[in-house]
Amino acid sequence: MTIQQTTASAAAEAVRELLRGHGAVAMAGAAAGNLVSQTAVTAGPVSPVVTMSAAADGTTPGTHASHGSAPVAPPSGMRVPPAAMAPRAKKRNSLLWPGIVVALAASLVLFGGKGGWISNFQYLQLSLVLVYAIAVLGLNLLTGFNGQISLGHGAFFALGAYTAAVLIDRYNVNYLLTLPVAAILCFVAGYLFGLPALRLEGHYLALATFALATAVPQILKYRHIEGLTGGVQGINLVKPDAPFGLPLSPDQWMYVIVLLMAVLMFWIGRNLLDSRPGRAIVAIRDQPLAAITMGIDTARFKATTFGISAVYVGLAGALHAIIFEYVSPDSFRFDLSVAILVGAVVGGIASLPGALIGGAFVQFIEKYADAATKQFTNLVQLPIELEPWTIYGILLIALIYVMPGGVAGGLATLIAKIKRKRSVS
Amino acid sequence: MVASVEKVGGSLGTVPGAPLLSVRSVTVRFGGIVALNGVSFDISEGHIVGLIGPNGAGKTTLFNCLSRLYQPTEGDILYKGKSILQSPPYAIAGVGMGRTFQNVALFDNMSVLDNVKVGCHSVSQAGFLKSAFGVGVGAEEARIEARARELVAFMDLLPYTDMRAGPLPFPIRKRVELARALASGPSLLLLDEPAAGLNHAEVDVLKAQIRRVRDLQNVTVLLVEHHMSLVMSVSDRVVAIDFGKKLAEGTPAEVQRNADVVRAYLGTEAHA
Ligand SMILES: Nc1ncnc2c1ncn2[C@@H]1O[C@H](COP(=O)(O)OP(=O)(O)O)[C@@H](O)[C@H]1O
Ligand SMILES: [Mg+2]
Repeated sequence: MTIQQTTASAAAEAVRELLRGHGAVAMAGAAAGNLVSQTAVTAGPVSPVVTMSAAADGTTPGTHASHGSAPVAPPSGMRVPPAAMAPRAKKRNSLLWPGIVVALAASLVLFGGKGGWISNFQYLQLSLVLVYAIAVLGLNLLTGFNGQISLGHGAFFALGAYTAAVLIDRYNVNYLLTLPVAAILCFVAGYLFGLPALRLEGHYLALATFALATAVPQILKYRHIEGLTGGVQGINLVKPDAPFGLPLSPDQWMYVIVLLMAVLMFWIGRNLLDSRPGRAIVAIRDQPLAAITMGIDTARFKATTFGISAVYVGLAGALHAIIFEYVSPDSFRFDLSVAILVGAVVGGIASLPGALIGGAFVQFIEKYADAATKQFTNLVQLPIELEPWTIYGILLIALIYVMPGGVAGGLATLIAKIKRKRSVS
Repeated sequence: MVASVEKVGGSLGTVPGAPLLSVRSVTVRFGGIVALNGVSFDISEGHIVGLIGPNGAGKTTLFNCLSRLYQPTEGDILYKGKSILQSPPYAIAGVGMGRTFQNVALFDNMSVLDNVKVGCHSVSQAGFLKSAFGVGVGAEEARIEARARELVAFMDLLPYTDMRAGPLPFPIRKRVELARALASGPSLLLLDEPAAGLNHAEVDVLKAQIRRVRDLQNVTVLLVEHHMSLVMSVSDRVVAIDFGKKLAEGTPAEVQRNADVVRAYLGTEAHA
């Protein structure tokens, strides 16, 4: 799969390696199912193919005459012997820099905190970038990779956030334990919403998810569940202290937690996209009928992708509630759904690193677009009063025209251009 | 998936001695149009069967019935003696039918290799949870990788292995599609106009490849084709249809002599 390397992939590869080490022991039970699958693939005519690839090289005398050196295709002269198709090494190198980035990000807490040159507020902002990146990634899995549009993922963000808030506030559950609960709830909700949504294509799916997003704040304000949700007031939380007497402020500690979660979720995203179900997800987007013909149960896969995407966004919501120490119905209005979608488009649809850029976009550009518009008005002494968000709109339009593949796509094109120029000169 | 288990079992639900495929009075109507009108024929294992007929005769419609993308209005389709009309479309690959599309339906944004890997879907089963954590899927993934690379080599696609399938030249895309259809090790391969858009030399190669596929992959082939010399030289049997009705069936020589066929089809193209 031609997915660019993620910041997380270094850690991903490391953990994957670890898991492989323990695989034999830990997964003994699970191996049963896997065995079946192995036989399934082997049962196909694998060995005949081996003789055939030899035939393709014109080394099998019997078949040589019949197809031999016929001009198969333009580059038939460059037939590569099977021996030359082993390399998988190139994947290793590219793990280096994402690893460095993650290590640097983690060590920020060590020197940044002590030196006092990163304030708690800035840690909170960094955490929010990562939280939104997780959400953008989740929507990207659905929209970018599976081709289903959602204007309503703010609803799952809200579900995750309220799950965490209610569990912590009303039931005194440990904040870390609220994360898996939020994940499971959001998966179920996403899957169930995804199932009927399967009948809807394009605009209609967008409409249904739009309805979901607009309904959520109203549901949260609903009088009969006020005891749980706190109604219009919402729920106030207190940020957890760092455990084990670690010399970290709550903001620094939560930054570490959020960073770990982001690494985990990016790693999972990478794993998924590089796997059998991941290829099926993309195949469905590219060519649904052919995907069915390949044996893909598209309905089940699309609903499951909807569920997984909701898990990402729900976890982001839960983390947001914890670090922001507050949830209220009006934090989860339609704007949030749009923000996540815009983040995905700006970062680069169907791009994992793009999700990180999208997260930063949601956090910074969105939050400061209003102020920027005002500043701009003052700066150039415009005779007219600009609407708030004008700069944001202009930026967005410009970006979509200049970089239709999002920032990640634009950067990739740029790098490819530079490389080509170098190799020419 | 149940389907792939069936495949491993080999002959679950197979009726011994039955033809591989039995099309029984299949009729398909689209509103007023009768695309197929009571078509019946059998395909024996190991054969290459040509399905010919002018444009609009209903050939692709028949393929779509076999793939369960269309539901026949009447009639039945038996695979190894068992009706497939109860199976959902996604189960057909697992039953043992692979196909290509007249207009080439590749996953354009995926690499050639990944396209072929998707072809392995029905004979593998790694699910979401295990794949997400990369646990217990390594062996199967390695097998898929090996199988896909072998087929890429088999179809002479090595130089394109990691390229996106979308922008590749049409003849190459057709070969990618064939490799993808073979990935699951089907027992019946449905090829919808594989020679369309190919030049003379490429058609010769294709002819050899179809034979090679039949001989080395142990597949039976149902071949829809306009290219008369290709069909007649490569097929063991030929079925001719026109306006949704079967005109003739037999050896290539027999069908070529059939008066109806000559009138409907060969009359206009015999000299091409
Ligand atoms: N989905 C469909 N809806 C309506 N008519 C169709 C559909 N598919 C095929 N047809 C009609 O059925 C007839 C047979 O088409 P087709 O099977 O594509 O012919 P062939 O492949 O032999 O050229 C044509 O008249 C075509 O217009
Ligand atoms: Mg056709």
